[in-house]
Amino acid sequence: MTGTALAPAPVIRDEVIVEPAPTAIRSVRAQPRYHRRLTAASGLGLGVAVLWLSLLVLIPLAAVVGTAVAGGPGAFWAALTAPQTLNAIGLTVAVAAGIALLNAVMGTIIAWVLVRDRFWGRGVLNVVIDIPFAMPTIVAGLVLLSLYGPRSPIGVNIANTRMSVALAIAFVTLPFVVRTVMPVLEELELDVEEAASSLGASSWVTFRRIVLPSLAPAITSGVALSFARGISEYGSLVLLTGNMPNRTEVVSVRVLSHIENGELGSAAAIATGMLVIALAVLATLDLVQRKAARHDS
Amino acid sequence: MSHPSLSPRRSLAALTLLIAAWLTACSNVAASAPSGSGESTVLSIVGYAVPAEANARIAEAWQQTPDGQDVTFETSYGASGDQSRNVLNGQPADYVHFSVESDVTRLVDGGLVSPDWKSGPNKGVVSTSVVVLAVRPGNPLGIKGWDDLIKPGVEIVTPNPASSGAARWNILAAWAHIAANGGSDAEATDFLKKLLGNAVALPGSGRDATTAFTSGTGDVFITYENEAILARQSGADFDYIVPDDTLLIENPGTVLIDAKPAATQWLDFVLSDQAQEIFGETGFRPLNGKAPARVEGANDPESPFPQPQRLYTIANDFGSWEELSKTFFAEQTGIVTQLLAELGKS
Amino acid sequence: MIREPRPLKLALRWLVIGYLILLVLWPVSLVVTNTFADGLTNLKTAFTSPAVLSALRLTAKVTIWAVVLNLVFGVGVSLLLVRYDFWGKRVLSTLVDLPLSVSPVVVGLALMLVYRRDSAIGGALYDLGYQIIFATPGIIAATVFVALPLVIREVVPVLIEVGDDQEQAARSLGGSGWQVFWRVTLPSIRWAVVYGVVLALARSLGEFGAVKVVSGNISLRTQTATLAVEETYANFQQGTAYAVAFLLTVAAVACITAVSLLRPREDAS
Repeated sequence: MTGTALAPAPVIRDEVIVEPAPTAIRSVRAQPRYHRRLTAASGLGLGVAVLWLSLLVLIPLAAVVGTAVAGGPGAFWAALTAPQTLNAIGLTVAVAAGIALLNAVMGTIIAWVLVRDRFWGRGVLNVVIDIPFAMPTIVAGLVLLSLYGPRSPIGVNIANTRMSVALAIAFVTLPFVVRTVMPVLEELELDVEEAASSLGASSWVTFRRIVLPSLAPAITSGVALSFARGISEYGSLVLLTGNMPNRTEVVSVRVLSHIENGELGSAAAIATGMLVIALAVLATLDLVQRKAARHDS
Repeated sequence: MSHPSLSPRRSLAALTLLIAAWLTACSNVAASAPSGSGESTVLSIVGYAVPAEANARIAEAWQQTPDGQDVTFETSYGASGDQSRNVLNGQPADYVHFSVESDVTRLVDGGLVSPDWKSGPNKGVVSTSVVVLAVRPGNPLGIKGWDDLIKPGVEIVTPNPASSGAARWNILAAWAHIAANGGSDAEATDFLKKLLGNAVALPGSGRDATTAFTSGTGDVFITYENEAILARQSGADFDYIVPDDTLLIENPGTVLIDAKPAATQWLDFVLSDQAQEIFGETGFRPLNGKAPARVEGANDPESPFPQPQRLYTIANDFGSWEELSKTFFAEQTGIVTQLLAELGKS
Repeated sequence: MIREPRPLKLALRWLVIGYLILLVLWPVSLVVTNTFADGLTNLKTAFTSPAVLSALRLTAKVTIWAVVLNLVFGVGVSLLLVRYDFWGKRVLSTLVDLPLSVSPVVVGLALMLVYRRDSAIGGALYDLGYQIIFATPGIIAATVFVALPLVIREVVPVLIEVGDDQEQAARSLGGSGWQVFWRVTLPSIRWAVVYGVVLALARSLGEFGAVKVVSGNISLRTQTATLAVEETYANFQQGTAYAVAFLLTVAAVACITAVSLLRPREDAS
């Protein structure tokens, strides 16, 4: 399922490939060493891959940064600190962070129940968790609007409110912590837990002292991914939140507004800010994995 | 031990073949030579947000005539300013139907539309309407006209002037309400400031604003009369008021310099009585002044287009679009641009 | 093994079930109910609309292209990252992960800045006969971008786990590079490739924000299914919007159910 796709990517160093800590208990030393240099054919392959990635990813993203700074630092700063934009950034970051923390708790609980509990319908829930990842975001918005909008069958109408922003982001980031934690839970060696409980530790103490530390890297990765996804979300918010300036408008909507208004410099400035945050998140993930890998070996 | 390798020659050959195949399959810029008679023509219409339904019905009617028989349409509708910029940026178009004249002027400046596009008898206008105020069913706030809009606590929905043509008509109507009645520029600016201060949402296009209003945002929605009528025709539940004094909306439509010949025939049809009646059925005020017998969705379907006591026009009250674009909507110095920046909204 | 007290166990179970029902199951089921609210009318209206059919065809075409391109480059880049050494390996790895954290609107903006007719590259391409923005290639590019990491992140861990002993053995027995790849490497990662492809498929079907910026939303030419949902919803045709949304939901659920059903078989083998 989305498990490995959302699990932290293996850290790739120059000589040795370090397994991502949450998915492997093997020691680093047991990993084979790859010293293979590039041959002609694989060199060609690398060249093509680099060209492909440049044309598709590098150059366009560089163009965003370029356009952002083209107007000079004054214009760049003005675009980022316009009151409506600041409100959007504040709302987006606050909600994404809050939901990421919610996911840390709920995601771990869901993973726990799915791994350690047995009940009828468990398989169905397993598939349900992946639905937000696979579903088109505009459909997700429509879906949430059906239950929590003006035509709600249960009379709950939170469309055009800040709660709707939180709801949409909770929906799309649901799988992230769950799918990073589940593999670790599945691989946990149970002897340590058994030993702890046979020595008289209560369930909660065992959980807090033994299980949680092992899960910590996975939870952190999931939280980082959830945050990154949360701040960049767009489609599910379009129909549900009303995109009201200074109230329910998120950063992606600001960027689109600037694009539609022909203000590409301002759009690029905000986009550059978001890229910086995205890179910071990736860097955090990288750091967490390295620390965990060292910790494991 | 032999080195691991794919035969470089084979990989290169395979790669070249792939790229060649892909390049031939992907070339997609259509030749500009017009297709010969008897073959099917495709006309690209790029329009502002609200005439999609009207143009679709007119197209259907045209396809019954000999001129339109072999023609199919590709259409793109969105915020007027946004669409105009897209055409400038390369979006294919044969016929454009925008909300405001300045969006066509942009294309004239870009060399895509002939400078004499509005020299005909209709002066480049293909559809007209007036600015109206939409309210919740039963008009709970008792809105009667423009002055009620600036009362504190009234939540207004109007589109964003930077991208939407509808927004510009709304703002100009509000300005005329003060300025054309003897108010000074300062008083008009103050009125606009209070109005925009009450705006709770500035959606990108006129249609987006309709969606926002019908989804529950705001108490009052400033829009085209034709949009209010069409929305109610399609089941939306709200009332609308034609204020005693309001602005005449004139939407330009023209063909591009490089357009296919069928586009000119299309434009002729759009200006004909038959097409104008169809416009009337979707809520526009026909150019020839002849309203259809019945227009569903209007306040009074049998008499759908009441004449306001005072009808402002761009020609009488504002001069020219060139001037007013600069005065009101210029990027840094326009009155409206500055107001929005002051209010912290854009 | 931690044995939590039974009431807690039950409480957690019901908390999870409740959360998932309120957040996912119930809203999604409403799409189904709203689509079939008038029986089959909504579906019929949708399927007889040329605009909707064209949008579905375009989405299918774009999805196939995006999946194939990401498959080829995904497997290739995975092999490079795992089996070879070169300068800039970490940069490549980061670049590949970037699309997961970038907003789709930013993706659209980025592609538009480089490939629109005004720009240097875009203008040159246009003179050569290729329009990227406001045409299908732009939509494909945007979709490839957002789904880029998916195949790679499935394949890389498996390549690492499987190791290269079999490949080395095959080579020492005289196999050529291509034979080794086709006969040894590919079979060993086939399930990872399948999962990656299915995930990329689901993601490509559902792309919205980036496509909205680069496509021009030209009905019958560059309007995808997701754009059609938004437009029909705003144009007072909510029934059609739900019908298309229903189709896309069914496709998405089918993808993840397929993966879920396939995986146990892999563990058994």
